Amino acid sequence: MMSPRWGLGRRDLNSQLADMPLSDTIRESQIWKSIFRHPMPVDRRNRIVVMLTNFFLHLHPVSIKKQGIALSYTWCMGGVTFFLFLVETVTGVLLMFYYRPTVEWAYTDIQALRDVTSLGILREIHRWGAHAMVITVWLHMYRVFLTGSYKPPREFNWVVGVILLLLTLLLSFTGYLLPWDQLAVWAITVGSNMARATPVLGHEGPLQQLLSVGGVDMITNASDARFALLGAREVGEETLNRFYILHCIAIPLGVALLLAIHFWRVRKDGGISGPL
Amino acid sequence: MTHGLTDAQFLNTVASFLGPYYIVLALMNGIAALYLWRTGTAKTWFSIRTGDQTFPFTSAIIWLLVAFVFIIMSPLAWSGNGAWMPSMPEAIREAVNRSTGPVVYSVGTVVLLSILFVFRRFFVNPTVAWVIWNLMLLFLGLSMTDRDFYEIVAKPDNVPIVMLVLLLAYFTWLATYRAVINDDRIARGEAPLEALDNEKVLVWPDLVYTELICMIALTAFLIFWAIALPAPLEEPASSVKTPNPSKAPWYFLGLQEMLVYFDPWMAGVVLPSLIVVGLMAIPYIDFNKSGNGYYTINQRKFAYIIFQFGFLVMWITLIVLGTLLRGPNWNFFGPYEFWDAHKVEALDNVNLSQIFWERFLDRPMPMAPSGSPFAVQAGYILLRESLGIILTLGYFIALPPLMALTVFRKYYQRMGLIRFMLMANLMLFMASLPIKMVLRWVFNLKYIIAIPEWFLNF
Repeated sequence: MMSPRWGLGRRDLNSQLADMPLSDTIRESQIWKSIFRHPMPVDRRNRIVVMLTNFFLHLHPVSIKKQGIALSYTWCMGGVTFFLFLVETVTGVLLMFYYRPTVEWAYTDIQALRDVTSLGILREIHRWGAHAMVITVWLHMYRVFLTGSYKPPREFNWVVGVILLLLTLLLSFTGYLLPWDQLAVWAITVGSNMARATPVLGHEGPLQQLLSVGGVDMITNASDARFALLGAREVGEETLNRFYILHCIAIPLGVALLLAIHFWRVRKDGGISGPL
Repeated sequence: MTHGLTDAQFLNTVASFLGPYYIVLALMNGIAALYLWRTGTAKTWFSIRTGDQTFPFTSAIIWLLVAFVFIIMSPLAWSGNGAWMPSMPEAIREAVNRSTGPVVYSVGTVVLLSILFVFRRFFVNPTVAWVIWNLMLLFLGLSMTDRDFYEIVAKPDNVPIVMLVLLLAYFTWLATYRAVINDDRIARGEAPLEALDNEKVLVWPDLVYTELICMIALTAFLIFWAIALPAPLEEPASSVKTPNPSKAPWYFLGLQEMLVYFDPWMAGVVLPSLIVVGLMAIPYIDFNKSGNGYYTINQRKFAYIIFQFGFLVMWITLIVLGTLLRGPNWNFFGPYEFWDAHKVEALDNVNLSQIFWERFLDRPMPMAPSGSPFAVQAGYILLRESLGIILTLGYFIALPPLMALTVFRKYYQRMGLIRFMLMANLMLFMASLPIKMVLRWVFNLKYIIAIPEWFLNF
């Protein structure tokens, strides 16, 4: 007859532990059990329960239509985009350890990152991951359109998705400036030059004369849409600071919030789309 | 990027890419052959008869032979010896360079995509698609030995575009393949493919394991890419040394390409905003209830064509054009052409008002006497541009009601006034780019409305 665990003496417990495989010992420990509320799900009941009780897994439903997870249907592009967002977050945080967003240091820090630092592919993963994310978010939109998945009841989630796509492009655009090399600065110069032609609000835009008081233009190169974007008349110190904060804090926070809404709406709108 | 390399050094660089590249192509075809053989889906293309024995050449054997060809090409390409490396014949490269230009490229893409669309039943056939896929990759491999081609395609920030094109080709095939099958099924009164597997499975393990495998594969791919291709880092920023060409990040180059035809306020502000608004408006404009949750083309042809025209033609091909084929001074360069900063292209574009007053009426353009008050000047400007203004207003204001009464009568009745006007105007804005392109190519037209005094050129 087995005695209950707590009934064993110290010596007995030790000998019993010695018989157990190490993995079992870990899984039986108080620490493990305090973190994972259920054992490794091998039976149907626990496979259901684990989805409900795990913080990360509870994003998903418990069961799903077979075709809803077929790769030939979903292409997995939404999931891949989300995963790339996580990769960008982790590598981005690590890169922030090495990088100072000032005209004096930005370029040399990137140089040092390339030439001196161990784990020298950090910036590569971040940059290629960013390019990949732009591509996968387009492919995700492409798939959602081609399967008509934006149709009722998912109209609003499509709108959220469009905003997320836009924010992905802005994330990539703001990050493009940070290495502070010729490629970066001129790409941002060319890109942001468009803003000075904003109708009404750009100093070289149509109808900007509308906003003049007593013959004095309110919209100048020091007060127009481009100035708001760059924080200066030209791409410079202020722009670097502005784009750094947008890239590392403001836009990621917005993306995180919208992602939460996006995922939540996927569930509330009836899960992954399929024939009605 | 390959500056300062001798031709031999350059070929060595390419060789270290092309050798493994052809091995990958061989593996790809080998796996296809293996798959066809193991699943028993290989078809006999033709048989050879010797005496009373017949030897069937199945598709599996054909693809295996293709794999052998690639296997043989690999060491040749790896040799780094120009005489041995398989490359695009000089004559073809010259012909491509000579014959391509913005017009051929843009019109050619539209024609090509239209052919693919109209004959989609033929092109989605897996064998046909596989042949095209092999040809695309072979074209890429053969072209890489050309220095000018390599310069633009292998530029680190351009590599994603090559991937994008290949991925889009694959996924467009996949979606069309399924849509064609579904359209056939629906025509027979059957449910679409997606309705077949309707039994429910548990997310653990079926979905979470797929996700785990995807994450591992993607991580491996990213690490491989990061090791194989260093991120670009050019000279430190300098506000006095302007690079030529100066390009925005690649995903905005469709917009930069639009600058050829529109002023920045249109190409950089109004049209991008309308793209975003238009995308958001899609679910509220598209009143078609069918085609929700499965691939189909026939059930939503109108929405499909409009979207594909916007995405594949006007977004993707313009990005490819802007990134790979636009060189110094934003001149067009063929794929195998040297980016010569001194290439001169005649620019003799004229405004509609010039054509109207000077060529058609043969009189000087109206101009206010100097020193006249603002109202007089404005009057003269409006008179000068009156034709363009009338045409533009007619296009955006008079055309939608006309569309509602004629071609889009049924749409208008289903959609109501506001929805229809929104759709009509979004479509007209979208169409304004190809219209402007054609006007430029045919009449050298610069602006329909040209009021540089107010920065208002359209």
